[in-house]
Order: sequence, then C-alpha cells, then structure tokens
Amino acid sequence: MADVLTAPPEVGRRHFEPNYLNERRGILSWLTTLDHKRIGVMYLWSVLVAFLLGGIFAMVVRMELLTPKETIISADAYNKAFTLHGAIMIFLFIIPGIPAALGNFVLPLLIGAKDVAFPRLNLASYYLYVAGALFALASMIFGGVDTGWTFYTPYSTTTTTKVSLLTLGAFILGFSSIFTGVNFIATVHKLRVPGMTWFNMPLFIWGLYATAIIQVLATPVLGITLLLIVMERVWKVGIFDPALGGDPVLFQHFFWFYSHPAVYIMILPGMAIISEVIPTFSKKTIFGYKAIAYSSVAIAFISFLVWGHHMFTSGQSDLATAVFSFLTFLVAIPSAIKVFNWLATMYRGSIDLKAPMIYAIMFLLLFAIGGLTGIFLGTISVDVHLHDTYFVVAHFHYVMMGGTVIAFIAGLHYWWPKMFGRMYSEKWARPAALLIFLGFNMTFLAQFILGSRGMPRRYYNYLEQFQPLHVFSTIGSWVLALGLFMVGGYLLASLRKPYDAPDNPWGGKTLEWTTSSPPITHNFETTPVLTHGPYDYSPQEATR
Amino acid sequence: MNWLRSLMMPAPGSSYASEVDDLYMLIFWISAFFFLLIAGLLSYFVWRYRRRSADEVTPHISHNFKLEVVWSVIPLIIVVVLFFLGFNSYMNARVGPGEALEIQVRGKRWVWEFEYPDGMRTLNEIYIPVNRPVRFVMSSEDVIHSFYVPSFRVKMDVLPNRYTDLWFHPIEEGVHTMLCAEYCGRGHSDMLAQIHVVSEAKFREWQEQGDERMRTMPLAELGKMLYESRGCATCHSIDGTRREGPTFKGIYGESHAMRDGSTVLVDENYLRESILEPQAKIRSGYEAIMPTFQGLLREREIAALIEFIKAQK
Ligand code: HEC
Ligand SMILES: [Cu+2]
Repeated sequence: MADVLTAPPEVGRRHFEPNYLNERRGILSWLTTLDHKRIGVMYLWSVLVAFLLGGIFAMVVRMELLTPKETIISADAYNKAFTLHGAIMIFLFIIPGIPAALGNFVLPLLIGAKDVAFPRLNLASYYLYVAGALFALASMIFGGVDTGWTFYTPYSTTTTTKVSLLTLGAFILGFSSIFTGVNFIATVHKLRVPGMTWFNMPLFIWGLYATAIIQVLATPVLGITLLLIVMERVWKVGIFDPALGGDPVLFQHFFWFYSHPAVYIMILPGMAIISEVIPTFSKKTIFGYKAIAYSSVAIAFISFLVWGHHMFTSGQSDLATAVFSFLTFLVAIPSAIKVFNWLATMYRGSIDLKAPMIYAIMFLLLFAIGGLTGIFLGTISVDVHLHDTYFVVAHFHYVMMGGTVIAFIAGLHYWWPKMFGRMYSEKWARPAALLIFLGFNMTFLAQFILGSRGMPRRYYNYLEQFQPLHVFSTIGSWVLALGLFMVGGYLLASLRKPYDAPDNPWGGKTLEWTTSSPPITHNFETTPVLTHGPYDYSPQEATR
Repeated sequence: MNWLRSLMMPAPGSSYASEVDDLYMLIFWISAFFFLLIAGLLSYFVWRYRRRSADEVTPHISHNFKLEVVWSVIPLIIVVVLFFLGFNSYMNARVGPGEALEIQVRGKRWVWEFEYPDGMRTLNEIYIPVNRPVRFVMSSEDVIHSFYVPSFRVKMDVLPNRYTDLWFHPIEEGVHTMLCAEYCGRGHSDMLAQIHVVSEAKFREWQEQGDERMRTMPLAELGKMLYESRGCATCHSIDGTRREGPTFKGIYGESHAMRDGSTVLVDENYLRESILEPQAKIRSGYEAIMPTFQGLLREREIAALIEFIKAQK
C-alpha cells in the first residue's frame, strides 16, 4: 500500500505559513469571520452535532420497536421521537450538510476564488441556521412535537404539542438555505477563475449550482406553507383545517411542492461529491462530463413536477396520479445515467481504495438499491400497497442515508486533509466503513420486507408477526452506530496531531489541491492559472 | 420462486392482490438484474483495475455517444412500460363493478365505524360475503386516516372534508386485518379492524342476528342506541316536546285518537305496527310522513325499541 503521507513530488509543503485556522485566534474571530472556510467549518461542527442528536432519536425509535407495545417509552414519547428524528435530520443535517458545510469550504477553492460572492450573507446564513436550530431546540424543551416531520394537517393544526415553534424554526432554516443558494449562484456566475468555462468547472460545482437553483425556487413555498400553519393555529384562519373551512390535502400539495425538490437538494450535492471522488481515485477522466452536468440540471428541473407521487392515495384525481407517476419515472433516467457514467469512469482506471473511494463505492451500491426501489414506488398500483409502510422508510433511507450521508462522509474524508491539514487513520477507516455498510443494510433491508408485508410506518405498536424483522433491524442500527462513532473517533483524533497533510494527498487535478493544506486565509497566493481541465489525468491530454 | 413471493408479500386475499404481486415481482427481477449488473461491474473494475503503482497512466476516455444512448434509452423503455402496467392495474382497482355491497366507513381517533346499507352499524369489525365486490365510502370525523388492508393490496386516505372510496373483491374466506396507514396520533398503531370474509349463508345469518355485541346487549340499552342511530330521534323526542312526530314520553298505556276517528290503546302490538306499518293508523294532528322500517330492523331490535319506548315514563 502506498503511504498516504507522501505528497506527489511537484507539490511543496507550506504548513508553516499562517493558514486560515491559525492566522486569527479567539472565539470572536470565529463568530465574526467572513471567511467562507471558517463559516464552512462552523457549519460542519453544527451539522455534526445535529446528526448526533438526530441519531440519538433514531436509536431511541429503533430501541422502542424492539418489541410490540411498550419497550422503553410511551406512545406519546415515541411519536415525538420519530418526529424530531426526521425534522432534525432533514432540516438541520442533510439539507445544509453538504452545501453549507463542505460546499462552503470547497466551492470557492474549486473555482479559484478568494471567497463566495457575498461573505456577509454567508455569515448571516449561518446565524439564521443557529436561530432556526434554537427554535427547534426550544420546541423540544417545551414539550416536543408529535406530527411527524411532514406536519400533515389537520393533525398539525389541532395537536396541542409545540408545532408553532418547530415550524417557525424550519421557516428560519429555510431562509438560511435560500441565502446559501443565492450566494452560490452568484459565486458560480461571477467568481470563476479566468479561463474556467462552464464546461470546465468541476462537477461538484454543477451539482451545487443545480441544488442552489432548487433551494432558491422551492424553499419559499415551504416557508409560506409553514407560516400558514402557524396562522391557522394562532389566529384560526381556515386554510387547511376543514373544521374552519379549509382543505387538508391542499397542505400536502404545498408541502410536497417543496419537499420533493428538497429530496434533490439533499441528493444532488451527494452525487456531486461522488463525481469528484471517483475520477481522483481512479486517476481517470470523468466519463460523460456533459451528461452528468446536464443530468444535474435535468433532475433539478423535473424534480419540480413530481410532487404528486407522494399523494397517490390522498384522493387526488386519477389523471393527476397518472401524470405524476409518469414524470416520476422520467426523473429516474438522469440518475441512472449518472450511475453508469461513474462506473464507466472506473473502467480501465487506476483504482486506489482509500477511504473516500470506499465510501464512493458504498454510495454506488446503496444508492442503486435506493433508486431501484424507487421504481416500485413510482408504479402506481404497487405504490398503493407500499405507500406509508416501512418499504418507503427503507427506500428513502437508502437514498438519504445510503446516498447523501455516505457521500457526505466520502466528501468529509476527501477534503478533511485540506480542511484541517491532518491525515486521519486509514487503518481505522476500513473496519469502520465495513461496520457502517453491514449495519446500514441490516437496519434497512429488513424494513423493505416489513413494508411489503404490510407494516405501516410511524407505528408504536405492531402485530406479533413483524417482531423478528424489527429485532434484526434494531440490532443493525447498533452496528451502524458503532461504525459511525468509530469514524467520529478517528477523525477527531487526527486533530490532535501536528499538521501532516500534503497539499495534494490524493493526486487530484482540481484547484483546491494547488493551495496549501490547510489553505491560507486568502485561499491562493496568486490567482491560480488553469493549465488543465478538472479531470485531465492522462498526460497526452494535459494540453487540451 | 414462490417462496420469494410469499416471503415478501402477505398471502393475497383478492384477485387484484395477485395482479399487484405479479407486477411487484416483475420489478423485483428487473431491479435485481440491474443491481447485480452494477455490483458485478463495480467489483470487477475494483479488482481488475486496482492501482498497482503510483505512476500508472490511464487512457483518456471522455465519452462514448453510442454507449450513452444505449444506457439512456433502455432504462427509458423499461420505465415507460412499467408506468403503463402500473397505471393499468391501478385503474382496474379504481373502477369498480356496478353491483357492489356498499359499506360506509367513518374513521375517528382511534376507531373505525362501519355502516351497512340496511343501517346496521359495527365498530372495528365487519363481515363481508366472499366472492362479492365490496365498496367502501369513507370519511373522517377528525384528522386524516388511511384505510389499508395489506392482504387485499388496497389503501385509500380517509379525509375529514370529503368522501373517498375504495373497493375489492375477496376470493377466499378468512380474517384480514385492516390498519390505519396515515399517522393520526397516540392510538394510530392500535387503530385496527378485523375484516371477516365469510360465505354468503354465514353472512346472511350474521345480518339477521347481528354480531356478538348486538346479540348480548340488554334490550333497553340496544333500544336507546337504535333510537339514536336509526333516526327516530329526529322526529320523536323523549322529553315531551313535539317534533315531526309525537313524543315517546309516557305514551305507553295511553289511548290515542286517530285521524279516522277511532281510538287506540298504545300497547306492544300498536307500537310494533307503528314501526313496521306507520301508514296503517295515523295519529290525529300529525302528517303521515313516518317511513316504514319494515325489513330494516331485526326482530330483537324491534323488541328493543318497544322496550325503550315503554321505559319513557
Ligand atoms: C320522518 C319522521 C319520523 C321518523 C324518522 C320516525 N317517525 Fe315515528 N312517527 C312520525 C309521525 C309523523 C308519526 C305520527 C303519524 C303516524 O302515526 O304515522 C309517528 C308515529 C310513531 C309512533 C306512534 C306514536 C303514537 O303516539 O301513536 C311510533 C310508536 C313511532 N312513530 C315510532 C318510531 C320509531 C321507533 C322510529 C325509529 C325507528 C320512528 N318512529 C321514526 C314520524 C317519524
Ligand atoms: Cu389514522
């Protein structure tokens, strides 16, 4: 095995210069920073804390499901636990995870810029995130929320739990997300280094750009919808509650008009990371650059037209159901194209199974299952049976966790040396990845069968016949948690070491590897000059 | 591969269920094929093209138009076909036959209430005849619920502000569990009902004698329930006030003047006749608007109503 600490010879080490981490010190220098890297790092720690919290709720939920009836908590507590698990994971971890934490750090570096277009807006976005998180925390402290993260009406407008606090939190988080989106769009348009054309951008940028467009266009709809809930609860304005003359299904339309595109806010950045990791560790040009780039944009566009596939059994018209089903199938195609492109990239490559690549491969396998099981759910008559069962739970965990979270972990390992200037232990990374893979599949494969056999989701109590699979799934969740804690452990342990990361530990071709690890405050000493495309690995093409 | 099918899906209780299962299995095999293809290629590449030395040179392959068209078009064809199959079987399930047994469903936290065409009501339990289509017309009294019977592969949300419907055609006798599939709060996971699919003869017997609860309830109590549920209360008070019809208060044992001039003593026979043939004797001062309940009430229920009226002193 090649020693990870050996830098490719052409890159010198510049650790001893001041970098963005140590140039200014003190808590205030962080809280008032306008540096995209520092904001990215603050975001990173924040979303990791959210991940931990959401994960604890997940473990509680799985523990409760070990037996039917009461295992450790009451039905009311269980309903709050799965609501908070979902709301925290989605709004506080997955949505901001890749764009705001990793993206913030890497995006300007990848396009050779000094910072994002609007550094103050960037900091504001972080503070909004914190404010939104505080609201969510308040809703928990004052009694929790029991509606499910989907806030379906009229349940959410009539329950006595702290729905208003949590929805206001999600509303504020929405703005944080919009700010990041606006910022990234402007940055990509205006701050690319001279010579970097649209089709010369790293694919990570394409992914974040497509994501940003959805963030800016879809999030306001969620914001308005959540405000309407608060208005209905506080002032009894009849919008969704039939008792006040409203229509509960209208809420579902509004909600999914945001939340389906939001699924792509979550997965597109994940795919974008994979598009960086695979060429680097295959040492090979990405296959089908334009197809991947256009697929991102196509997904972003079609994602706005498929929300009704969450509502096949809601009583919407059969025609609407048919149209939504058809469009849903169309969105599968760009995702399939990407998977084939990644595979083709590995063909005849020089594949190095470092931690980021291991996670990228894990992503391919798990995302394939997530995507293929989506076909079951897009097929109307099959979905009628599977809707609101554990099959759906398993499907979206394969996409969100097996896809986005695994990609996030891949990206974290990929850019960790750049962000903190230290290498983590590759020796520990492998068993941890294995545990995560095993634990994840144990937890969620079982749930596909549970769902097909008719186990509805959000069930505190369940029929005896389902217990063996639930037990299996819960044990899987322990293995998964163990693997994740190991990752957390060796990553944090690496921070205690002195700087030891080379500037370009993986031999990447994108611009972030041309600056020091960790980067200097202004990213690059001089404006970088593009000498080759982002994936030009073969010498004969280097001049293209 | 039947074991796989029965591992994944509960035993089908309707002909439609097997139709869904066929499609489910078709998608399963297509998915399995693509998954194995992806996983196979992936493993092969990782092994075959593993990095052997740090300065390995790789070929520059930026795209391949033909290949890309192939792997876009083949999935496209597959999903379009699956769309049509799914839509087709969905429409089979939506468009029911004309002559179905129609049962009204009310969902409320956390019970299911059913009402048969003859006005009979049940809670969390229904009997339906085998080999006859049943249609459910559903609404909710509070939040959204969802009517889900896994063994029939049917599901439809139950909404508070409008009716939704669903039907199925049971093909085998047996008991099936119906669940609430839309989260509705504390008792969501206990909001179950039993669907008994029985022979036509058993069904008729059940219709005539009612279920356990109706059979064992004390007469006066059953009478009160029927007085409220069968609409008597809209026309007859029990506190002496006059509505469309005369009050029940104290009428037992009285003598009433009829429209034709005769006088009738209110006894059991008169009460029975008034319920089954209201037009036979019309009380003076009232319109002949009372509907007949002939055929809508079981023997025990008539007795119960009479008992109830007698008790209103
Ligand atoms: C649409 C209104 C209406 C409904 C519903 C109705 N009734 Fe009547 N009922 C009347 C009227 C009007 C009379 C008086 C005229 C008559 O004798 O037909 C009457 C008369 C009677 C009498 C005779 C009372 C007397 O003092 O002579 C009895 C007993 C009676 N109803 C029982 C019932 C029962 C039991 C039910 C429910 C199963 C019922 N009714 C439902 C309108 C109604
Ligand atoms: Cu319910």
